[in-house]
Amino acid sequence: MIIELRQVTKRVGAITHIKETSLKLQSGHFNVLLGETGAGKTSLIKLMAGLDPCASGSILMDGEDVTNVSPQRRNISLVHQFFVNYPHMSVFENIASPLRVAGMTKSEIDDRVTEAARLLQLAPMLSRRPQELSGGQQQRTALARAIAKESRAVFLDEPLANLDYKLREELRDQLPAILAGRGAVVVYATSEPEEALLLGGNTALMHDGAVAQFGATAQVYRNPENLTAAKAFSDPPINVAEIEKRGKVAHMGDATWDLTMDAAGLLDGRYTVAIRPSNVLPHRTEKATVSLTGTVQVTELSGSESSARFVLGDTSWVSLAHGVHPYEVGEPHEFFMDPSRCRYFAADGSLVA
Amino acid sequence: MKTLNQRAWFFVLPVLVLVAFNALIPIMTVVNYSVQETFGDNLFFWQGLDWFQQILRSDRFHAALGRQFLFTGLILAIEIPLGIIIALSMPRQGFWVPVCLVTMALPMLIPWNVVGSMWNIFTLPDIGLLGYFLNHTLGIPYDMTQSPIAAWITIVVMDVWHWTSLVVLLCYAGLMSIPDAYYQAAKIDGASSWAVFRYIQLPKMKTVLTIAILLRFMDSFNIYTEPFTLTGGGPGNSTTLLSIDLVKIALGQFDLGPAAAMSLIYFAITLLVSWVFYTVMTKGDTN
Repeated sequence: MIIELRQVTKRVGAITHIKETSLKLQSGHFNVLLGETGAGKTSLIKLMAGLDPCASGSILMDGEDVTNVSPQRRNISLVHQFFVNYPHMSVFENIASPLRVAGMTKSEIDDRVTEAARLLQLAPMLSRRPQELSGGQQQRTALARAIAKESRAVFLDEPLANLDYKLREELRDQLPAILAGRGAVVVYATSEPEEALLLGGNTALMHDGAVAQFGATAQVYRNPENLTAAKAFSDPPINVAEIEKRGKVAHMGDATWDLTMDAAGLLDGRYTVAIRPSNVLPHRTEKATVSLTGTVQVTELSGSESSARFVLGDTSWVSLAHGVHPYEVGEPHEFFMDPSRCRYFAADGSLVA
Repeated sequence: MKTLNQRAWFFVLPVLVLVAFNALIPIMTVVNYSVQETFGDNLFFWQGLDWFQQILRSDRFHAALGRQFLFTGLILAIEIPLGIIIALSMPRQGFWVPVCLVTMALPMLIPWNVVGSMWNIFTLPDIGLLGYFLNHTLGIPYDMTQSPIAAWITIVVMDVWHWTSLVVLLCYAGLMSIPDAYYQAAKIDGASSWAVFRYIQLPKMKTVLTIAILLRFMDSFNIYTEPFTLTGGGPGNSTTLLSIDLVKIALGQFDLGPAAAMSLIYFAITLLVSWVFYTVMTKGDTN
């Protein structure tokens, strides 16, 4: 199964929700739509599901143009961030509802519902009502409905956002296995970069109604093609600053470092540098050699990692390091950056080195 | 457990006093009248349950009760479905929402006796806009002072005009609380609009609909002002509903004993039917 978007746009009145977008989403792995709230993930899903019309462009499923085909005839499933179940029907009936609409025989419905319930560990709850279930079980019911339908595409719109941490991790771990090998294109929208990395597959980075970059998730993470993509796929946020290149040396405030490889060959001038917080450390290492002294503003300890936000010139930086580091809030602290991990972008945001 | 904190009584005292003054004491007065024969000069004679027996056996009461149930039945049968249909067809967003809401709320803001007078004048055959149009333009004889059918049609239509908005507004509130996600799920499943209504909208409206039905039952069962201003219970006794009959007995004939007994029976019926409605409609909600 392949879903292909060709120069699709979406407009409501004078407002453009989706700028011209072309994408090719395939079955066999997760297709993650990653972007902050309002980036256009849900809008794009609604276009693919046929819930909203395209202003222009076309959508193809396995080569067949479905741009003007109704959601029902596209044979797709959608799981929302809210737990959408029919409140007065049992879990069994909820899972069976799309099958009944499709007019399947009783034995076929029984088989499919039982199989979906087994996969999602709902077998003991089939006769209960949704409101008697926990949030996790309610969302499992919604997922089971999507699976029992054996649709050509499954759209998951932040399906774990309303679950508590434990349930979210548990269900996220199980999702790939549950959805694997079903032949459907799986599209998973999330606002958490970490979730995209955990799910793997392909990721489309969305920002402001457009896809900033699309490719294998690890690839997109390691090699952002533009500044927007670099900013979108980083948690904590990537550090961004202005530098001036003179000769083979980069100048950023008082800090300087030697440029190597592609960066050394750039024309002299102003560029934007981006570096992930994990490459800015509170101590010197073999690679982290560029000294940056800034005033610590906020510190955070999370398990085995400690992060610090510090002010450098007129920009705010974040350092993320393993282990516990004693920072004094309000005091200057010396951090060290690994220049080999720096990415350089031109004024238009495109990656240059 | 520690001993009960008696100070709690102190906090409910204001409510108890209020309830005593606006409910218990008036009701006890009525109970007092209902078991006695009253003459002027504060002369009272013990009557026991005689008035109750008399009222319950009287054809006049049966007839009024029958008319009352007919009226309330018609009101519920028309206003509830109509209210749901209007609520379903109202826009969910945009410029027309406030326009619709205000238009809907207008009839409810008019004082009840004004509503009666309005419809009285509106349907007068010689000068009323509707009455004149029916009689002189369409040639349909329509005079509620002569024809019981015309009188009934008028009071029912008047009540529908006056109170359907309440059902609409309640149902609309219920509909607005349904997240879009449900409609999207229905679209994807290919559910028909009947299935959307039956399995999504109706269950979500159930709570407000219960309130709407209860309110419309109680209000229409106890209705007095509007039909009294409109028809005064006529022609003949054809629109003499329970409350109108009660006022006739109490204030027209000054039979305070039977009137008091009748009020208590009236009250008991209202309470009983409301309870039955409520029990039936909320059955199965407990799980």
